[in-house]
Amino acid sequence: MSFWTKLPDVKHEQVEDEALEQALKNFRSSIHGWSEAVYSQPRESVKVVRQTSWRVAAGWALGCVLAVGSVAGGVYDHHHRQEGARIAAAAEAARQQKLADEQRALKENEDLLAKVDSDVSRAVPSAMEPLAQLMADDEPQ
Amino acid sequence: MMAAGTAFEPMTRATAGELAERTMEAAAQEFSSVVQAHRLQIFRFLLASTRDVDLAETLTQECFLKAHRNWDRFRGESSAMTWLMRIAINLEKDHWRNRRLQFWRHTRTNSVDLDEASEWLPSGERSVEQKMMAREQVQQVWKAVEGLSARQRTVFLLRYVEDQELSEIALATGLSQGTVKAHLSRALVKVRAELRGKP
Repeated sequence: MSFWTKLPDVKHEQVEDEALEQALKNFRSSIHGWSEAVYSQPRESVKVVRQTSWRVAAGWALGCVLAVGSVAGGVYDHHHRQEGARIAAAAEAARQQKLADEQRALKENEDLLAKVDSDVSRAVPSAMEPLAQLMADDEPQ
Repeated sequence: MMAAGTAFEPMTRATAGELAERTMEAAAQEFSSVVQAHRLQIFRFLLASTRDVDLAETLTQECFLKAHRNWDRFRGESSAMTWLMRIAINLEKDHWRNRRLQFWRHTRTNSVDLDEASEWLPSGERSVEQKMMAREQVQQVWKAVEGLSARQRTVFLLRYVEDQELSEIALATGLSQGTVKAHLSRALVKVRAELRGKP
């Protein structure tokens, strides 16, 4: 129910003005009472400030912990990845080296066999030496 | 003549230093008395403007800090109260401007709601019905004040809470008296409508 419905309809404007005046007076008194009550309690406001600063400090501390944690996690993850990559690269290099060694050894073997074959084909067995000498003597001068 | 001048020089310097010290002491005492006389009024205006006790206290401290820094520039062209009120109004304006920029702070406000603000009833009420009626009126005026523009609210509070004259309000707000009257008139229309139950 509105405040105005409680008032009589007669001399409405005058009543309205009086009611407005009364409402403004009550409003003024209310604010004066509130401000004086709050103003006379300086310790409470200090307490509120301390609570606020404590909360702010806790917030900052939590924020710092989270920031440090996330940075440390990132660094660890980066380091871990780098280490993995280094190990993988070393393993790959070792594998390549082994492959190269194997190929080189194979090539050396092939070369050696080829040389032996060549040497064998050119060399004359000692048992055939006299025959070879005769053949050389029969050749026209 | 030279000897006499040389002899008097240190004494003159000491006197000038003492005079400066005394002037500073007097100014400090004068400012201290101004703080004592007007602190509650400034706090009350800021409390009514923001409905936030912590914020009102902070802005009041800032107001007097700023006033202290500029006390030597105060020429007495208006009353100290009007000068302080002007500082307080500007600080409040700056505060809301900064809050608009820092949009994430909108979620966090310590302003009390209308019900809580209306709990402070004027003393001297006799019956329970009168108390209820007074509370309802205070709540309706608060509701109307909440719907006013910043300037209308400032002018309204200075006039009907701080009992300031139109000329003082004009000086404090930097508006002309005609503009102050216009803002006041519009504010009263809204308060009247709220009291009628037709906002």
